[in-house]
Amino acid sequence: MNSRIFPLLGFAVLVVLLVVGLKIADQKTNLPSPLIDKPVPVFDLPVLANPGQTMSAESLLGKFYLVNFWGSWCVTCRAEHPVVTQLARLNAVYIVGMNFRDESEDAIAWLQRWGDPYDVSLIDYDGRVSIDFGVYAAPETFLVDPSGTIVFKHLGQLTWDIVETEILPRLANTESGS
Amino acid sequence: MTVELGQVSLLAALLTALTLGLIPMIGTYTGNRRFIAVSTTAALIQCLLLIISFGILTSAFVVQDFSVEYVARNSNSLLPMHYRFSAVWSAHEGSLLLWELILAVWIAAVALFSKRLPEIFRARVLAVLGWISVGFLLFIILTSNPFGRLIPSAVEGLDLNPLLQDFGLIIHPPLLYMGYVGFSVAFAFAVAALLGGEVSRDWVRWSRPWTLIAWAFLTIGIALGSWWAYYELGWGGYWFWDPVENASFMPWLVGTALIHSQAVTEKRGAFGNWTLLLALSAFSLSLLGTFLVRSGVLTSVHAFASDPTRGIFILAYLAVVVGGSLTLYAARAPKMIQGGGFAGMSRETFLLVNNLVFTVMAAMVLTGTLYPLLIDAIGAGKISVGPPYFGLLFTWLLVPMVLALPIGIYSRWQEDTASRLIGMVRWPLLASLAIGTVVWVMQPTLGFVSAAGVTGGAWVILGSLFYVGQFQFKKKSLKIPGSILAMTIAHMGLGVFLVGLSLTSTLSDEKHLRMEAGDKYQMSGYTFEFLGTKIVQGPNYTANEGEFIVSKGDEEITRLYPQKREYAQRGNMMTEAAIDPGFTRDLYVSLGEPLDQSGQAWAVRVYHKPFIRWIWLGAIFMMTGGLLAAANKRYRRKMPAKAPVKTEAKEVTA
Repeated sequence: MNSRIFPLLGFAVLVVLLVVGLKIADQKTNLPSPLIDKPVPVFDLPVLANPGQTMSAESLLGKFYLVNFWGSWCVTCRAEHPVVTQLARLNAVYIVGMNFRDESEDAIAWLQRWGDPYDVSLIDYDGRVSIDFGVYAAPETFLVDPSGTIVFKHLGQLTWDIVETEILPRLANTESGS
Repeated sequence: MTVELGQVSLLAALLTALTLGLIPMIGTYTGNRRFIAVSTTAALIQCLLLIISFGILTSAFVVQDFSVEYVARNSNSLLPMHYRFSAVWSAHEGSLLLWELILAVWIAAVALFSKRLPEIFRARVLAVLGWISVGFLLFIILTSNPFGRLIPSAVEGLDLNPLLQDFGLIIHPPLLYMGYVGFSVAFAFAVAALLGGEVSRDWVRWSRPWTLIAWAFLTIGIALGSWWAYYELGWGGYWFWDPVENASFMPWLVGTALIHSQAVTEKRGAFGNWTLLLALSAFSLSLLGTFLVRSGVLTSVHAFASDPTRGIFILAYLAVVVGGSLTLYAARAPKMIQGGGFAGMSRETFLLVNNLVFTVMAAMVLTGTLYPLLIDAIGAGKISVGPPYFGLLFTWLLVPMVLALPIGIYSRWQEDTASRLIGMVRWPLLASLAIGTVVWVMQPTLGFVSAAGVTGGAWVILGSLFYVGQFQFKKKSLKIPGSILAMTIAHMGLGVFLVGLSLTSTLSDEKHLRMEAGDKYQMSGYTFEFLGTKIVQGPNYTANEGEFIVSKGDEEITRLYPQKREYAQRGNMMTEAAIDPGFTRDLYVSLGEPLDQSGQAWAVRVYHKPFIRWIWLGAIFMMTGGLLAAANKRYRRKMPAKAPVKTEAKEVTA
């Protein structure tokens, strides 16, 4: 056999390995959050509009709510802002804005400038709660059901498509089912 | 508006690259000289278009156009001006554009400075490079457009990753890419030689200066990356066997083998196929590195925002370029072993040892890097291969190389005798053994392996210097031939590197401490006194800055000001280590977390790192040697006119 073909064969094996590797990497990025079907992490945070007051995860039990992690420093949050606003107009779900790693003045200015789609905004100043939620980039959005269980998570910019196909159906289903 | 112009010139560059790949190639087979002549024009136009495109992206950063998504993601209105330039290549899209720009510059350089080559061969080289460029331009345009708009426009940018707001990162990527991309020239020469069918030694001589320049850039690029990691990551390490580091190291190892095997093929005609294969592999490994870094296949601290679509694209590209060239190799490489034979004891043998060691090292790094992927692929769980594997194998592979190197310098081509060689090297050998022993006696903590490393380093340095000295003595002239000087400097670089590596790996001291203002700590004869911290305001960050007085005995050596920075826009915390560099030692202090509410007590890391600079100093020697070798006059001599089509004499070299 022509020995000069061996480099090519070796490379073919490598390509197969890389194709498999790419598939695995693809699965990893689409992996659902380990928090799905788990109880929402415990939090008790000051309210942005009135820092003297706090709001806890327990006080939100009994209704569907959306937790949207955002910051005034986050460009993509700005990009997803119209979608959140549109969703808020539907009054379909209670929306909690989780303002993390942000200065409160900046956050308030941001909401005043672009409009406030949130039913309530909480201050996660040092990002501790964001860590509990496993957030590693903003924006990230979680849907929590009335029993306090996370039923859906979206990483990155929310689009209207996702609202229609993932969030709104979940609200309708469970309500009619229970 | 102008940003769209950048996009347009990118598209125009793609058309030019297609022209460059197609027309001259057709010309070389049909003998149409006007077609062949297109290559120079197309190469220069492509370069110009990419300069325009890159310039437009840069100007979007300079004027802070946050309506461009890439700018909004990687800049900020507070970002200092010099970082606005380097921010251009701080993320995936822009760094690819830089890569492509550098490729275009290399192509233009080949077009301008290789007019002495036979016309057909030169046109094929440029056409192959044109196809490489087509692939990268398609990749940028289809998957990684840096000119995308953000609608509505952002008010403020997200800021440049603070890790990258640093001088080292301004120059590290361009130099590294000069090296990576430069290997494409050696690749194109090899492919053109295979296409020509008459694989003579000539192509090797022609490609040598290009390979040496690329190798020199890659050397300094890797060294800069290591230096940056050392002072910026704040943990005092300089090499982590991280997949991305490995991705740059593999082409370097193969490139090192290549520049040595080129010497054998050019001078003796031996190793012809091997040189071809190494020339193909060096660039293939550069591409593989790009794939690994940007596809998300391997996890790494360096990882770019990964995207499977990009991964598929690069993999397809890799398959075409590498698969195609290896198929060509299988079909066209000469079947007969060429060149003269050589005896077991000859310079050829020593260079064979060099090639074996470097190839095995590259294969080993490739295995170590891909092994976690393999394990994951067969479903056997997740593992990571770390420094223990690489460190151990490297140490052992360095032994034969270091032993053989100085003897190889003295050896004769074709045939030599062991007794003659031993006679030649006995003085440097004895001197280095003496140095190693003395150092070990003075520093018993060094241990055997490091003492052996120092001895090996001294052996390489002294062996090289002694050779030059002896050469001078025999010739009775003060003028050292350029090629010998270049080789000596590069080899001394290896020796300097080895000494630095050995000393710093065992003699370094490090301590993690809790320190309050007024606390003192003694280490390696130095006293570190912590005076406390204060708040300092940077252009786009706020920092806690500590102040330390370092003294030896009663004498104050230096004051160090490490910082813990918080970058407002991203909210990132960054450690900015304070280093007092020195020829024989670095003193290194970095500030960790505050340990109490009042900010009095801090976690502090203190390091004493002897001879660590020598690691990078060695790389500077190697680079200098590589560039000197490339500048050698004999590469600029006119080729014998045995080319079928004569080069046009009228063209003026710019």
